[in-house]
Amino acid sequence: MIEIKDLKASIGEKEILKGLNLVVKPGEIHAIMGPNGSGKSTLASVLAGREEYEVTGGEVVFNGKNLLEMAPEERAREGLFLAFQYPVEIPGVSNMNFLKAAVGEVRKHRGQEALSAKDFLALVKEKSAMVELDGQLAHRAVNEGFSGGEKKRNEVFQMAMLEPKLAILDETDSGLDIDALRIVAQGVNAMRSPERSFIVITHYQRLLDYIVPDVVHVLYKGRIVKTGTKELALELEEKGYDWIKETVA
Amino acid sequence: MEILDEITGKDYEFGFTTNIESEKIPAGLNEEIIRVISAKKNEPSWLLDWRLEAFKIWQGMTEPEWAHVHYTKPDFQAISYYSAPKSKPKYNSLDEIDPEMRKTMDRLGISMDEQKRLNGIAVDFVMDSVSVATSFKEKLGELGIIFCSISEAVQEHGELVRKYLGTVVPRTDNFYAALNSAVFTDGSFCYIPKGVRCPMELSTYFRINEAGTGQFERTLLIADEESYVSYLEGCTAPQRDENQLHAAVVELVAMEKAEIKYSTVQNWYPGDKDGKGGVFNFVTKRGLCDGYKSKISWTQVETGSAVTWKYPSCILKGDYSVGEFYSVAVTNHFQQADTGTKMIHIGRNTHSTIISKGISAGHSNNSYRGLVQINSSAKNARNFSQCDSLLMTDTSGAHTFPYIEVNNSSAQVEHEATTSKIGEDQIFYCLQRGLDEEQAISMIVNGYAKEVLNKLPMEFAVEAQKLLAISLEGSVG
Ligand SMILES: Nc1ncnc2c1ncn2[C@@H]1O[C@H](COP(=O)(O)OP(=O)(O)O)[C@@H](O)[C@H]1O
Ligand SMILES: [Mg+2]
Repeated sequence: MIEIKDLKASIGEKEILKGLNLVVKPGEIHAIMGPNGSGKSTLASVLAGREEYEVTGGEVVFNGKNLLEMAPEERAREGLFLAFQYPVEIPGVSNMNFLKAAVGEVRKHRGQEALSAKDFLALVKEKSAMVELDGQLAHRAVNEGFSGGEKKRNEVFQMAMLEPKLAILDETDSGLDIDALRIVAQGVNAMRSPERSFIVITHYQRLLDYIVPDVVHVLYKGRIVKTGTKELALELEEKGYDWIKETVA
Repeated sequence: MEILDEITGKDYEFGFTTNIESEKIPAGLNEEIIRVISAKKNEPSWLLDWRLEAFKIWQGMTEPEWAHVHYTKPDFQAISYYSAPKSKPKYNSLDEIDPEMRKTMDRLGISMDEQKRLNGIAVDFVMDSVSVATSFKEKLGELGIIFCSISEAVQEHGELVRKYLGTVVPRTDNFYAALNSAVFTDGSFCYIPKGVRCPMELSTYFRINEAGTGQFERTLLIADEESYVSYLEGCTAPQRDENQLHAAVVELVAMEKAEIKYSTVQNWYPGDKDGKGGVFNFVTKRGLCDGYKSKISWTQVETGSAVTWKYPSCILKGDYSVGEFYSVAVTNHFQQADTGTKMIHIGRNTHSTIISKGISAGHSNNSYRGLVQINSSAKNARNFSQCDSLLMTDTSGAHTFPYIEVNNSSAQVEHEATTSKIGEDQIFYCLQRGLDEEQAISMIVNGYAKEVLNKLPMEFAVEAQKLLAISLEGSVG
């Protein structure tokens, strides 16, 4: 699915990713954990193609293609989805119109026919129910006036609508109460398939009780410093990150 | 953002010249010229006298300089003040039109026939459109609605014109209004009788073939008691004009319980990306809410012209009368717009709403200038104003000049203003969902302007949305 080799990226003068390696195979769920400021969101942004970040080395192959050469919208159309840690508000643009345009572009890219208004609405109904997103929210402006939890559920709703090949969830669990967390996890689990992969960035082990990862990585100071099974997450929960920091140091 | 520079840096090229043969009188402005204009139009003597007085008033005035715009003042003696209605087509076929301009029109969804009409190409009217126009006129006639050119109205409905002309915008009002009063040759007249709801949107579309738009347009619209009319002016298609100076006057009168909705889409040639050329648009638009519970709404989408100077206003004289102003003004390259409104509250319980959305790109300057004046007689008057500015580039400017004068302590006046820069986060969010940069900008900008666009009649709103997007990318694909 995606193969990241020795990826280095900076913002301004500051190098944040310092040679990161990661391989995610189709159907796998990888969790990335790590202390604040280790570069998790930076990795997500670089993969999605945010231009503030300068890639200074390494390569990323996504479904056999050179990801780093593609424009951000091409990456999205090729099936890379990022659930943002902080989803932005777009006043005056209805969620429905926004998604209609997005789904339209993605389908066009895949050579699929445009959805009829009726089919689109049916899809919206199905997917929004999956994340228990109030029907009203689908008609409001994109994220405008949404609570933190609603924004996160809206991200998962959009993911479900766009049916990506690789979804990166950047702390989609943070700020969620246990019910919302369960709903988000349900949404993700419903989308698991042998053709789809997930990179779940999280701070807390508890999400991984609901979304069970195949592999757990620890990202620290711009590198993957430890890789294990889901037991690694439990160990981190118990011992904190200090022992990792010590082993790296 | 590089893409913003790239998109907003594009050319707006409709670089063709017109070779229209028209009957012109020599350039220059003096009493004799005004007599010639009036004689050519076979006008009654009251109108000639009215024009001559306006000319005297104009001679005693100086061009205003308070607006936040800079331009080389027109040479009023170099302008030819009369040209006969355009009778000959400017082009023989659409192939002669600038391909970029055609592309823009295609993208706006303008039909081939419509494109031909807009470019002055003789259209072989299919039976359909002739019958549409005819049945349109018949229907209006049955209802007693008068809708014709102002010249025709002077001939056919002289008393109505005489009664109202210059009552809302007096000749003494300002420099350009005085000039327009002296030399206007073109424009529309509309009268809606008592109790009649005009069943269709009235637009200059239906009479543009007869007259064409002029340099000094004069519009007079009267809505009698309990009548309603929605009037559309302009069109989204880019319009090039050989006349640099446009100084129109629009007067609206709403009597008791009458309602006038006046919507404008203005897309005159804005000049090239270096700021050369382009139309100067100095317009005086004002509505008088004369009667109890009368209502006037101005909605405008301004994307064109090199310099815009325009303040559609409402005089709220009738008790419980309502004035509204909804505006989106886009400036790009070196365009300058100084636009806004005046709400003059005279009657009791009068209400006004102002929603202004400015969008500045390139090196342009976009100013909102508004006056809310509550007179001592206007007990319980209310105003709500919201003026938002969106900057697309670091080199563009947004300015807000709100003037508030309150002379009655029972009044409530609220003013809100915001300035924001188009968010890179917002654009990236759209890209990440598969939209390209153009779509992203179009979506964000239209979302920002939605409150105003929603006020436009349906068909106009759809075109206006596309126009906003196209204006911001400079009209070249
Ligand atoms: N836009 C930015 N400008 C400057 N520094 C940044 C920016 N984004 C991230 N950083 C820095 O990069 C490091 C990694 O940040 P981030 O990727 O957000 O970490 P995480 O998501 O793991 O908490 C931090 O030190 C952070 O301060
Ligand atoms: Mg983060």
